[in-house]
Amino acid sequence: MNRPKFVYVTYIKTTADKLWVALTDPATMRKYWFGAFAETDWRPGSKWTLKFDDGRVADSGEILEAEPGKRIVIRWRNEWKEEIKAEGWSRCTMTMEPYQGVMKLTIEHEMEGDGTKFIEAVSGGWPRILSNLKSLLETGSVAYETKA
Amino acid sequence: MIDVSQFKPKTVYVTYIAATAERVWQALTDAAFSRQYFFGFAVEVEPKPGGRFRLLWPDGRVHVGGEVVEWTPPRRFSCSWLAEGMKDFGELPVCLVTYEIEQSGESVKLTMTESHSWDVPPAILAGGQQGWPKILSSLKSLLETGTPLAGANDGPPAGFVEAVRKAVAEKPWLK
Repeated sequence: MNRPKFVYVTYIKTTADKLWVALTDPATMRKYWFGAFAETDWRPGSKWTLKFDDGRVADSGEILEAEPGKRIVIRWRNEWKEEIKAEGWSRCTMTMEPYQGVMKLTIEHEMEGDGTKFIEAVSGGWPRILSNLKSLLETGSVAYETKA
Repeated sequence: MIDVSQFKPKTVYVTYIAATAERVWQALTDAAFSRQYFFGFAVEVEPKPGGRFRLLWPDGRVHVGGEVVEWTPPRRFSCSWLAEGMKDFGELPVCLVTYEIEQSGESVKLTMTESHSWDVPPAILAGGQQGWPKILSSLKSLLETGTPLAGANDGPPAGFVEAVRKAVAEKPWLK
């Protein structure tokens, strides 16, 4: 049985260290994530909260795995839209790998249950966020600035 | 021309690029650009519906052949697509590749959709799913920084060649 899942791969001209900072540092996140940022200490078992620009909680969850420069796994639930929150937990895996002199970043976002609204929402969001992340790391500015 | 109503989207890749729609269109349809980001292949298009579409190796051999289905600069470019230069692959049914370019805020949203007319096994779809992110990441870098990613083609994913061979032998699209 295949659970609803979104997969996105992007190749970024950067280093493993810079990519790790961009994925985990709140000030850097805000630049490419439309003002949103994570609050967590990035340790397995720690609480993870994604906040909007204005401080409202967007999503919540727990760090399941965090290996600097390589991999982050987050148990992730929507907190701001009732019908999406009702679908319950998802799991997001971010994998960082060196590839032909650049970094390959893979995002796999999968539901624990069988709801489809959450995955539809992140399928629209991730390409924007990751396009911005790539632009930020390669050019110093983002591609798409409109707030979420 | 192919009947596009028979084709269903199987792989979609979206990227946002800080460039004008015209520049993205040019990058998709001009060999001077495609050689830099598309594993060295030169794109060759007759700019009209029914026109010839090809991707050529540097020595001029054909890698992909097809026919232009839609040509609406700088918004939509669609063509049939068959990697006829690859062993066995040329005996598969053609697929349909569509590029859609939309203004989105200050940037351009580029959507690539690969559609098929038959029930393609995942191991064959994996070829495009491996290639498109490399190609379109490099295209974005080229337009935004002036330099593409290195992006050498490192061959098809595991199980791809076997899946193509099996499909060509069994021809499930005829059933």
